Amino acid sequence: MKSLKRLTGILSMMMLVNLTFQSQAQADGSNLLFYGLAAVALLIFFFIVISVADNFMVIESNESGINGDKANMGLYPKLSEIFSKKAPAYLEGEHTYQLSKGYDIPLEGKPSNDVDGAGSVTRFAAMPPDFIGLMPIPKVVVAVGDSVKAGDVLYFDKKKDRIKFVAPVSGEVIEINRGNQRAIASIVILADKDQVSRSYTLPAESASREELVEFLLESGAWAGIRQRPYNVVADPEVTPRDIFVSTFSTAPLAADSKLQVAGREDVFQAGIDVLARLTPGLVYLGLDGREKGKTAFSAVNGAEKRYFIGAHPAGNVGVQMHHIHPVGAGEDTVWTLDVNAVLLIGELFKNGRFSSERVVALAGAPLSAPRHVRTYAGANLGELLKGEAFENTRIISGDVLTGKAVGAEGYLGYHEDQVTVLKEGNEAEIFGWLLPLKPRASVSATIPTFSDVEATTNTHGEKRAFVVNNVYETVMPMDVYTQQLMKSIMVQDFESMEGLGIYELVEEDVALAEFTCVSKQPLQSILRDGLNIMLEQG
Amino acid sequence: MKALHDFVKKFEPAKDNKLAHTTFDAFYTFLFQPDAVTTDGTHIKDGMDLKRLMVHVVLALQLLYVFGTWNIGHQHFLALGEHTGLLEGFHLKVVYGLIQILPIFVVTHVVGLGVEFIYAAKKGHSVEEGFLVSGALIPLIMPPDIPLVWLAISIIFAVILGKEAFGGTGMNIWNVALLARVFIFFAYPTTISGDEVWVSGIEKVGTEYFAASYGWAHNFFDWIFSGVGLSQFGAGGQAVVDGWTGATPLGIAAKEGWEGVTAVYSTDAMFFGGIPGSIGEMSVPLIIIGMVFLIVTKIADYRVIFGGLIGFVVCALMMNAIAPPMDALTADTPGVFKFMAIPWYYQMIMGSFLFAITFMATDPVSSADTPTGKWIYGFLIAFIGLIIRVMNPAYPEGWMLSILLMNTFAPLIDHYVYEANMKRRAKRTSLMAEQRSQLITMRNENN
Repeated sequence: MKSLKRLTGILSMMMLVNLTFQSQAQADGSNLLFYGLAAVALLIFFFIVISVADNFMVIESNESGINGDKANMGLYPKLSEIFSKKAPAYLEGEHTYQLSKGYDIPLEGKPSNDVDGAGSVTRFAAMPPDFIGLMPIPKVVVAVGDSVKAGDVLYFDKKKDRIKFVAPVSGEVIEINRGNQRAIASIVILADKDQVSRSYTLPAESASREELVEFLLESGAWAGIRQRPYNVVADPEVTPRDIFVSTFSTAPLAADSKLQVAGREDVFQAGIDVLARLTPGLVYLGLDGREKGKTAFSAVNGAEKRYFIGAHPAGNVGVQMHHIHPVGAGEDTVWTLDVNAVLLIGELFKNGRFSSERVVALAGAPLSAPRHVRTYAGANLGELLKGEAFENTRIISGDVLTGKAVGAEGYLGYHEDQVTVLKEGNEAEIFGWLLPLKPRASVSATIPTFSDVEATTNTHGEKRAFVVNNVYETVMPMDVYTQQLMKSIMVQDFESMEGLGIYELVEEDVALAEFTCVSKQPLQSILRDGLNIMLEQG
Repeated sequence: MKALHDFVKKFEPAKDNKLAHTTFDAFYTFLFQPDAVTTDGTHIKDGMDLKRLMVHVVLALQLLYVFGTWNIGHQHFLALGEHTGLLEGFHLKVVYGLIQILPIFVVTHVVGLGVEFIYAAKKGHSVEEGFLVSGALIPLIMPPDIPLVWLAISIIFAVILGKEAFGGTGMNIWNVALLARVFIFFAYPTTISGDEVWVSGIEKVGTEYFAASYGWAHNFFDWIFSGVGLSQFGAGGQAVVDGWTGATPLGIAAKEGWEGVTAVYSTDAMFFGGIPGSIGEMSVPLIIIGMVFLIVTKIADYRVIFGGLIGFVVCALMMNAIAPPMDALTADTPGVFKFMAIPWYYQMIMGSFLFAITFMATDPVSSADTPTGKWIYGFLIAFIGLIIRVMNPAYPEGWMLSILLMNTFAPLIDHYVYEANMKRRAKRTSLMAEQRSQLITMRNENN
């Protein structure tokens, strides 16, 4: 509004100056000058009258208390009202965010809606490297040959020893694998045919927050709670400002969260009820605004529901937080959970048992039948994908942007609900940069994609210095200057890093920007370096 | 394809022979997109890379190359009063143009890429594609008769001091092509200013102008043309037509205003580009085709271009306001007022504003980084450039200097945009904190 007025002022001033100068030079200019001045004066007069009336109306509406944050009581429409898209009718009255930036990578191999039981998986692993912010070598309390129940403690961190990490399934510990510098890479369990859960005495309805926290820590459900900034395992000493849950994933070939929660709606609700007792603030639920009608998530009570309409990364909890209420430095911490972590907590409180059961998407063009399967956390990927031929392919725990290439011998990451199989792109292409004949995904208008493509792992170019063609901004639905942030991380300019919003970002939020980067810069690892530096600095 | 790839790979020199390996690598990656796969981070990557980004600018310049080649010949024969029709003596004009432009093109690339290869080998990185665009732009912004030695020196200067000294493509703070031109401009001022330099093959003897004699290449083509019965170059040495000056519209406008310009060149000729000037900067419709191509493919940022157009119009309007109106000009009015009185649409078709704002200002390395900054950057380039063009009689055209100036200030513009972003973010967060406390009060009341 203010800028509009200023602009009108400047324009009329310029008109006046123009008229004055022109009339001086002309013999009969005095007439023209007079009419011009009169016209401008008249315009200004009307503008003032209308503006004053407009201001009175706004003041009046404020005093009578009918000016909510949505309603515009002025005469002029706000700029945002003119340009923003109308929310669809089925989201009338809901908090809706329409994100115009982002990109859904059109990939072949979308998982179908069938959910298979995955009876063939026998080995499951708990992997300490899945969790950020812990010591590299945890204290392991089981030995090879021990038999454990689902929910029995396997290991805990040597510093933050209140957080217990537990067995995803019941069975026998068959391997404890060590990685670099003797860090524990994985603890593998051979699962029993019939799963047995550890039994719990649940805290009472009226239990204090401390009792609740203690129970979650001891039961192992705590591991699913992550803390922002930094995306580390939540600190039990901290009371979070708010808790954010994103109920949908927009990542390429992601699992459908509706299938994950189908039939377990009450469990999800129970989980949300527990979360509400953990924070003095609010529990925010990010929902997919593209889903019409009632869903399992829109029926949830006790949480603030926020609808997001847009392409990837609209489903990232970090993007949602940016639009709802961003985190900052110091005491301003929040917790985030995914649907599976909420279900796990809900299962504990609703049914009194530990169940890391989750619906996992098996996706990717090389698969014969991309689909969903029901399994447990840490399932062996080779066994999950039994019956598929792997030749020159890459097996990823997670999606193609943020997942880890662990191969058929690897295990599903703790926070992952998706296995993606990709063809390796280890084949040179003649004039591939000039005439891209093989299909590839791209945000650039110079490489049109008409249908889903079978993407490969080829880098499609070599690493170069950053260039300023603003491609990051086209896929980042956040008010963040990604490239400048990356540069300030590289030169370790702490003030700029803070100011430009490093606390709001984790790897998955810049993953799409890394995909689009013409210079093939590793944005995710640069960001993680920056986050680690900030974490060390406190 | 595999066989060809393996065949090429056979010639790969050993890694310890740095220059040979870098050179091989440059040609190999030109011929093939390498078989490298992603290792960490995202597992798939966008099909767009820097090579493809850069080559689209080169593609957008192709029409200008074709037109520029013809126009060199056309201007030459126009000065001599021969083949004055657009398509008359077309073969002669194209051949004449090619004989002028090919050496410039070859020298530009051999020298420029040579420096790049040596530096890449020395620093142990692969040859970067920045010179793909610089090398395509440099011939287009030179006068057609540029001595090749000076061209080579200016390119060496531009690539070493303008780019390699800062660390290569992506690190340079100034536009490399413009640095080459600015070097020639200041080191050899007579070569790139004055009236006679913009038309090729005209010599000044005393106070008279004559056509230079044609070289062996022209004689060779004469032999071919005589064989097929087409018109020929002849011996050369004939006098120019009466009243020919070779001055560019801008040179005339600075002294005599729009009337003086239209006395020599028609508005149509200036719009379509059949006037003397740098090789590729003349044709407005072809530049607009390139501009639309770059904007639609999002290779060039529309913000710089539109910011520039706005800045140009605003600056021209302000000058119009200061100067007396067009019809009140007399013979005694100083030249600068006559120049200032020219309306913006005529200003735009004279000189090389559109070329500069489309291909030079939008350089994705040296321009401003932020979207907001790009508007300001484009606006100021046009605003300052027009001031230099009109008010400074020493420089016939302002874009080279204004773009280099704004290249220098682009980080400053960005700095303030970032500062504003930091403040805005802090403000937004505190606003959201207020909304949150309202929501919490509401919730507690409901319970």
